[in-house]
Amino acid sequence: MALRAIAGKKTLTLGLGFGPRGAVAASCPGLGLRLRHVRGLVTFSLPDLPYDYGALEPAISGEIMQLHHQKHHQTYITNYNKALEQLEEAMAKGDSSKVVHLQSAIKFNGGGHINHSIFWQNLKPANEGGGEPPHGSLGWAIDTDYGSVEALVQKMNAEGAALQGSGWVWLALDKEMKKLKVETTANQDPLVTKGANLVPLLGIDVWEHAYYLQYKNVRPDYLKNVWKVMNWKYASEVYEKEVA
Amino acid sequence: MHGVSLPFSFACGVRSSSIRASPRSFLWPTPNERRKVRCALITAQFELKRPPYPLDSLEPHMSRKTVEHHWGRHHRSHVDGLNAQIAGTQLEEMELEDVVIASYNKGSPLPPFVHAAQVWNHDFFWQSMKPGGGGKPSGKLMELIERDFGSFERMLKEFREAASAQFGSGWAWLAYKANRLDVGNAVNPCPSEKDNKLVIAKTPNAVNPLVWDYSPLLAIDVWEHAYYLDYENRRADYVSIFIEKLVSWDIVSSRLDIAMARAAERAREDERRRQEDDVEITNSEAVEMYVDSDNNSESE
Repeated sequence: MALRAIAGKKTLTLGLGFGPRGAVAASCPGLGLRLRHVRGLVTFSLPDLPYDYGALEPAISGEIMQLHHQKHHQTYITNYNKALEQLEEAMAKGDSSKVVHLQSAIKFNGGGHINHSIFWQNLKPANEGGGEPPHGSLGWAIDTDYGSVEALVQKMNAEGAALQGSGWVWLALDKEMKKLKVETTANQDPLVTKGANLVPLLGIDVWEHAYYLQYKNVRPDYLKNVWKVMNWKYASEVYEKEVA
Repeated sequence: MHGVSLPFSFACGVRSSSIRASPRSFLWPTPNERRKVRCALITAQFELKRPPYPLDSLEPHMSRKTVEHHWGRHHRSHVDGLNAQIAGTQLEEMELEDVVIASYNKGSPLPPFVHAAQVWNHDFFWQSMKPGGGGKPSGKLMELIERDFGSFERMLKEFREAASAQFGSGWAWLAYKANRLDVGNAVNPCPSEKDNKLVIAKTPNAVNPLVWDYSPLLAIDVWEHAYYLDYENRRADYVSIFIEKLVSWDIVSSRLDIAMARAAERAREDERRRQEDDVEITNSEAVEMYVDSDNNSESE
């Protein structure tokens, strides 16, 4: 569901731009656009953040937000687009080896794009409601399944801290079972890799780049503080749409 | 451990009834026990080894701040974590390499693996660098690099690619591969020096090529904490600077010497075992193959 929100044109103030493809489009824009439509390949561009880089301080520093958005997320998008183009070529040629070979790059970079697009929406400045605990049906569901929001937060922080290497910790909704779950994924694996019915409500990036400049190796401190800018409203909206 | 079979009994965490309890807990120790008591008093714990150079001497390529955090916090926490996890277990009496391989458990790692491997990896990493490093290797190392990769530049290209393509956290390696199958009767009928070669490898998180029976020669840490303070997301720049300014090719050469000597020793052992098997077969040739087992056992 969150993915549909990304792909559609009317998300909060974010959009997934359908960007022109590099030099060809730049030098012959009309031609590039037509080529793109004829071949049907959609490419992606960096969505804007709905807040300033410094707006999540002191929980997450402006320096981190800028690097994270402009460098890391952008790199995933650039490499994702490249892999998709190569995939399209390989598919057109029937080059199965190449098609299969590209899968890991697509999973990694595409996953990075998916995950970070959700992440920016998961965060909200404290003075705009970030950190406010969930009310409504999501709040009740959390109390039912975990006892309290605090207990859920503790569980997610424990799993996030224990995650070896790089990855994400998620609050997920199993939309078939209508139950909440805490999941972790490694590297940039999107949540669906843990279950096709899992919808991401909240994700916390626990790659070192998400916190190192500010928290160094003390990931637990980052996890404690990130909840102060958590956008529970977004999670509630996603939840309500799915269980409706 | 969920039905995993181990070559030795092993328990995580501290066993309260362990022999490493206070020496007052037994009154008449046997000579063996007395030795263990002495060991317990000395404490067979792993130490945080210092890098063989001052923490600021890798500047400007690797800042003092990075080395202090990387060594003083990350590496240190692995040492402390490892000691806590193996206290009171048989792993406590083993060499670090053996702890790594044992806890790797042939691909189903046990809890101490991460700490053990990361302690080993980081010791290896600090020793792989030196102030004023870089340049080119020479001698046998260069010879093998050119033989196995075509050229020094091509080896570096592969090394860089491995370091960049390691998605997420992990390590990139130059290693000497002279492995044998871990099967009792796996004897190479035509052994040759060419079976042994240099390879580039990449590993995720804490894994290292010791678990594949390779001899690591050089490592670069590509966990983000290794470069983020100095290079932010620019891993490729970090890898280039590592190669150009930090690598100690002397150390790599000496590691290669050790690895080749070890491989030669193993080859000799294999040859000796093959000859022993030949002798046994020759001796039993006089006995018919399809006689019942009583006769066969007599002939041995």
